[in-house]
Amino acid sequence: MSTADNQESRARGKAPAGERVADWADGRLGIYSLAKANMRKIFPDHWSFMLGEVCLYSFIIIILTGVYLTLFFHPSMNEVEYHGSYVPLQGQLMSEAFNSTLHISFDVRGGLLVRQIHHWSALIFLAGMFVHMMRVFFTGAFRKPREINWLFGFLLFVLGMFTGFTGYSLPDDLLSGTGVRFTEGAILSMPIVGTYISYFLFGGEFPGHDFVARFYSIHILLLPGIMLGLVVGHLILVFYHKHTQFAGPGKTEKNVVGMPLLPVYMAKAGGFFFLVFGAIAVIAAIAQINPIWAMGPYRPDQVSTGAQPDWYMGFAEGLVRYMPGWEINFWGHTLVLGVFIPLVLFGVVLGAIAVYPFIESWVTGDKSEHHILDRPRNAPTRTGFGVAWITVYMVGLVGGGNDLWATHFHLSINAVTWFVRISFFVGPVVAFIATKRICLGLQRRDHEKVLHGRETGIIKRLPHGEFIEVHEPLSQEQLHTLTAHQQYAPAEIGPTVDENGVERKVKGSEKLRVKLSNAYYGEDNQIQKPTVDEYKEITSGHGHH
Amino acid sequence: MSSQDIPEENLPAEQDHAHGAVTVADEENPFADPGLPPHEHRIQDIDEQAARRSERAVALLFTLSMLATVGFIVSYVAIPHDKSIFVFPIGHISALNFALGLTLGTALFCIGAGAVHWARTLMSDVEVPAERHPIEAPAEVRAQVHADFRQGAKESALGRRKLIRNTMLGALTLVPLSGVMLLRDLGPLPGTSLRHTLWAKGKRLVNMNTNQPLRPEDVAVGSLTFAKPDGLEEKSEDFQNEIAKAALMIVRLQPGNIKDKRELDWAHEGIVAFSKICTHVGCPISLYEQQTHHVLCPCHQSTFDLSDGARVIFGPAGHALPQLRIGVDSEGYLQALGDFEEPVGPAFWERG
Repeated sequence: MSTADNQESRARGKAPAGERVADWADGRLGIYSLAKANMRKIFPDHWSFMLGEVCLYSFIIIILTGVYLTLFFHPSMNEVEYHGSYVPLQGQLMSEAFNSTLHISFDVRGGLLVRQIHHWSALIFLAGMFVHMMRVFFTGAFRKPREINWLFGFLLFVLGMFTGFTGYSLPDDLLSGTGVRFTEGAILSMPIVGTYISYFLFGGEFPGHDFVARFYSIHILLLPGIMLGLVVGHLILVFYHKHTQFAGPGKTEKNVVGMPLLPVYMAKAGGFFFLVFGAIAVIAAIAQINPIWAMGPYRPDQVSTGAQPDWYMGFAEGLVRYMPGWEINFWGHTLVLGVFIPLVLFGVVLGAIAVYPFIESWVTGDKSEHHILDRPRNAPTRTGFGVAWITVYMVGLVGGGNDLWATHFHLSINAVTWFVRISFFVGPVVAFIATKRICLGLQRRDHEKVLHGRETGIIKRLPHGEFIEVHEPLSQEQLHTLTAHQQYAPAEIGPTVDENGVERKVKGSEKLRVKLSNAYYGEDNQIQKPTVDEYKEITSGHGHH
Repeated sequence: MSSQDIPEENLPAEQDHAHGAVTVADEENPFADPGLPPHEHRIQDIDEQAARRSERAVALLFTLSMLATVGFIVSYVAIPHDKSIFVFPIGHISALNFALGLTLGTALFCIGAGAVHWARTLMSDVEVPAERHPIEAPAEVRAQVHADFRQGAKESALGRRKLIRNTMLGALTLVPLSGVMLLRDLGPLPGTSLRHTLWAKGKRLVNMNTNQPLRPEDVAVGSLTFAKPDGLEEKSEDFQNEIAKAALMIVRLQPGNIKDKRELDWAHEGIVAFSKICTHVGCPISLYEQQTHHVLCPCHQSTFDLSDGARVIFGPAGHALPQLRIGVDSEGYLQALGDFEEPVGPAFWERG
């Protein structure tokens, strides 16, 4: 051993304990290179960047509380007689799944709290993902290079829906059993394979003795396992791409402006986990969720009124409720369109939002990276499409609760259903047009503001008696922020004759792309932002407004 | 404390200009990026007393959290699990759940609030830029990777030795089939099981609530009675599966009110028996409007007219409820005269 080595090890020996542990780990894991890139990583600040965090934290809370619940839950459909401490159900026959859920709720101290935290977190997880997804959509954060992360997020949303569904079906209570029956009916409607899939899923006829155990392994292992992988991938990509930011002074496509992970975001984001967990714990203390004891154990010949799925399944429920009952019988077979069309629409509506980024990038033909977020008004067609999509979703939610709308607002159920049927077609169109008009109006306002300044509300009387409102010119920061967005020119069909004078066939896809591009960026579909010359001409003029 | 009280020496000499970006209006381009605005100091940055106040607030929040955790443990031990309390405006709720939730929530929330307050008031809030680098690899890296791949592919001779490639693809395509095969025993094949129920000729109709066989005189006009086949007990092994198909609803109509001829033929003195399972997606129908003889499924609001062959008059169901042909046996009890003639419940591909 050389002296240099000795000196080095002596120096290490004197180093603080934390440093020595870090050195040890670095020698084996190479953590220093990782830390160099990430420890002081810059994150921008904006309230809407917090929505994704809500999802991440509620996901962690769901896993923590879920593990606790597995310690007490028995995923079995064996019939037992209830002898627990909830008096009204004593002596009743019920499945072990229902029995053990009652046990968790009434006889395990804190069991009810953990159950309620678990369920509330799931509702918030899905709501958070929905809002987060909308934030990403309306600001155009899904553009290159983030399309894959958009798909990861979309998959998390869809898998989250099914994990939620399999989860709330586990207690085998009357409400969730009704939901499972609905699912079985929907599966049966699938042409050719429906009956087989149903028999393989339920181990025979509905309800059978298997679905709780099967849903259990899907709910606690299969789906969350995939989701955990997607969450990790989602976060790695967020780190790798670096966060998007809104336009503003000093913010460019080539930088990210904000504060470092250590310490600011370590404290803010770490603290935010506790805020979310704390808030959900308080909700679970004061707001009851899924009181399975009030519904009783599942029986296929019983049902309660006002049966509703958890909110995120409400849109699918709506599709099934307002679809007319079409059935076609031919050659000894039945095509159950009344149920199968909603099943397909469920996938189509969700799929539409998933593939949108690829459609938009095809229309723009833009191959560059985008890290500066759009203000929704500056992308009127995209914003219009997004609001139309939300309208379809919300119409589904209203349709899914048509009985509650009818009873709470003293309306006819038939009228509510017809309203929803019509809105499904008319609503998105109206929403699209209205949203686009509003966006264009806001763009004009920005245009006005840049050229003529801010309305101060101060009225000035000129010597000859005319009243004018004083406009205050914007600062350079504001001017930059309002004009930083990129505007596309509508695409045109290229020359149809090549250099040798030979006519080229224009492909249908190219015609469609040009049409769409004009719908996005044509003359009436975006307001040209003010140019420097326009600004100079107005400001260098004769002073007033 | 106002800004006048701040000791002179704590005031910054001048506002920082982040990274030398100078904010002078660009004569050429008024829309040009003026660069990062200067950092504005918070009160805590320049006034040590304010900073100490923030420190105390953070410490107070962390202390509250500790107290709340103690409260959680005390509640867990002290409150009986079956005690309920009245909390306005929620009503009567479990005292233990309420106490555990509030203390846990407070303990967690205070940690979060403390950390966030610490970050917002005491940690540096200077915004700094970090450079982004293109995600795409530089051209030479791209070329190198393509060349490496081609080299590797060439050395494997996969493209040249087609026999290896084709048999390998074949093997890899076939091997997952074993996994698919293993799924076969997830359930039996449907066969005709969806077409049959426990009902058969001579099976008595048993009242679901009283567990007694029904006589025609037990069924009054305007009432809705649920029935099951004789011999099906709640404790039977397959009760759930059988009742899912056999559940029956019985109403008595004035024979003159029955519009459908077959319905009248299959009734007994105006007593008609229909499957209780909705033909939409299988919910049990349970709402009866006695004046109109309509029944409504509470799940998706399909409405059937029991005086007209239980045809669908509203909602998403695709076909009428199957009717069970009934009569009276020698002892005067209602009995089935056979099984349903068509499958009950939701429609499916093989239903026809």
